[in-house]
Amino acid sequence: MLQMLEINNLHVSIKGKEILKGVNLKVNRGEVHAIMGPNGTGKSTLASVIAGKELFEVTEGTITYKNKNLFDLSIEDRAREGIFVGFQYPVEIPGVSISNFMKTALNEIRQYRGLPPLTASEFLKLMEEKKKVVELTAKLSNRSVNEGFSGGEKKKNEIFQMAMLEPELSILDETDSGLDIDALRIVANGVNQLKTKETATIVITHYQRLLDYIVPDVVHVLFDGKIVKSGPKELALELEEKGYDWIKQEYEQGKLI
Amino acid sequence: MKPFTQNIQSLYQAHKQELAGSDQPQIAAKRETAANHFFQTELPTRKYETWRHHAIDELVSEKYDIQTQPSPYQPVNEYFKCELKNINANTYTFLNGWYVHENSPLTVFDNGMIIGSLAEALKSHPALVSEYFAKQDIEKNDNLLSLNEALFTDGLFVYIPDNLSVEIPIQLISIVHCFSPLLVQQRNLIVIGKNSSLSLVQCDDSFKNCESFINNVTEIFLQQNAHLHYYKLENKDEKSLLVNQVYVNQSEYSEFVANTITFNAGFVRNSMNVNLNEPEATTKLYGLYLVDKEQYVDNQIFVRHFAPNCTSYQLYKGIADDKASANFNGHIYVAPNAQQTNAYQSSKNISLTDEARITTQPFLEIYADDVKCSHGSTVGQLDEEALYYLRSRGICERNARRLLLFAFANEMAEFVDIESLRERLNDMIRRRLSGELTICDNCRLHCSAEHHFSFENISIKL
Repeated sequence: MLQMLEINNLHVSIKGKEILKGVNLKVNRGEVHAIMGPNGTGKSTLASVIAGKELFEVTEGTITYKNKNLFDLSIEDRAREGIFVGFQYPVEIPGVSISNFMKTALNEIRQYRGLPPLTASEFLKLMEEKKKVVELTAKLSNRSVNEGFSGGEKKKNEIFQMAMLEPELSILDETDSGLDIDALRIVANGVNQLKTKETATIVITHYQRLLDYIVPDVVHVLFDGKIVKSGPKELALELEEKGYDWIKQEYEQGKLI
Repeated sequence: MKPFTQNIQSLYQAHKQELAGSDQPQIAAKRETAANHFFQTELPTRKYETWRHHAIDELVSEKYDIQTQPSPYQPVNEYFKCELKNINANTYTFLNGWYVHENSPLTVFDNGMIIGSLAEALKSHPALVSEYFAKQDIEKNDNLLSLNEALFTDGLFVYIPDNLSVEIPIQLISIVHCFSPLLVQQRNLIVIGKNSSLSLVQCDDSFKNCESFINNVTEIFLQQNAHLHYYKLENKDEKSLLVNQVYVNQSEYSEFVANTITFNAGFVRNSMNVNLNEPEATTKLYGLYLVDKEQYVDNQIFVRHFAPNCTSYQLYKGIADDKASANFNGHIYVAPNAQQTNAYQSSKNISLTDEARITTQPFLEIYADDVKCSHGSTVGQLDEEALYYLRSRGICERNARRLLLFAFANEMAEFVDIESLRERLNDMIRRRLSGELTICDNCRLHCSAEHHFSFENISIKL
């Protein structure tokens, strides 16, 4: 089956305020989609709704993931079904070591899929292997999740988790924000290494820069809670050059959807 | 006079001739003074500031008995030797306030250490003991101090001479077992000489649901540059009333570190009183309490800075579930001459239900003008953002909560220097938080998984 994710007429509110006003999106396996758009148009909301954050209220529309109604799945079951969201602001969790965190997560996911838990040595081997994906050199076993991490380390840690959990659908929410050029390259390389014909990636970003490294098949512009324009990767370049004002104008003149 | 006090009065009159030290006028006089003080003041009520959340006078029985003689010897210490793996601790077990031994109530070691029964030490080493014994001012302390002083039975006596670093920790296990209401009052006296050091692990445990009121007093004296690491583990059944009063007296350059860990409680009150009497002394007080059902735990801290350049540090953490309640009261007193004092206090709590109740109260009383004192208290719930983050990686909500609670609580185990004890605590915290620590009815501390010990074989002589 080629199609993985289908979002239909999605309306989402937070505390009575409508953020998403009818989003439509289809993502197939093997594809990379980029979602761009100015601040405050609902990009992170879209990622959070897919992850299952309870703060948001879905008032209308559907999300179908691997032929399942996504809203029937709990936050953890979405992850176990292969959804991964790389967060814009990963939370610090003092006292929970990264290795304990990943071991618990991985084994719960394996149990859900009917697989036996990894042995201690298998797990350690996997950790060492996946650390290389994002060129992590630090010892992770004693470090608490994101605690005291720099902005770059936090984002690398998100991609490291993605490598460990091997998701089918990855949504990267402004993974490039706060990264220097080297860290950006490392993070993007990591994402590219993890890409297969069977997986799909949605990259949410403000800047075209990340898309030099992670080349998208489709670029969408999210504006005023809707996807108002979609196009090939060149659309990102056009946005970089011209900014978002022309989108706004065309949208207000009714030229866009 | 309330019925409880009347009962105490008649117990005192009936037994004062046979209590430890009764043949020494000095000790007998102390008991008499304390008894009269208690008859006048009686048990503290809710009207007392530090008792306003929970009053012990509403919980006590009117018909406690006391055990005036030790039970016939039974090898209980064999069964209760806490299996602290790789820890080679010297264990001293007390049953209903009496030292359990075969034929050696008190041991004088070649290096000068003296360890064993305080009742015996009062007889055999009266001069040494009276130098330290009962030095706290009963007028200025809780009435429960006078109750203990009047009617204590026995307790652990530890004397470490100067310049001796004791490598092997001492483990003190206090067990209570009774068939009718019993008042247990243990009196411990710990003296650490100049430049000496010791680790003391104290386990308070109870057997079955035994209606007891335990009112223990531990006096500690740290001489110049002495070090004591004091670990206190409490795992009590729901019927027990436990009051642990600790009075620490520190000389210059001495260091006292305490970890007070309460896993289960009926009513537990830990009162930790530290007097920093001379300059450059340090005290570090750590505490953790994990309570559920209708358990109650109360930590009362009173640190008194009487001399300049001393440091005190307090970090207490607690989790209350179901309808449990907890109280933390941290009193720091800085005398006018105690300049350059450093005093820190932090109390962090998680309340898991709407019905759980946690109160925390910092109380700083500062009369010097060149000091650094800080305090902070929090009572909150688990971080929802962290829960969401963990769940978004495939961890179910229940396990995500456990991971966060464990992380919160386990920080306190990091302050434990004995590695095997730290690992054991890790494990106990983990099992406590997943509700497994109370499974075994026989031994709540899971001290001896291999020995299923039955108390039925022991005849308790009251």
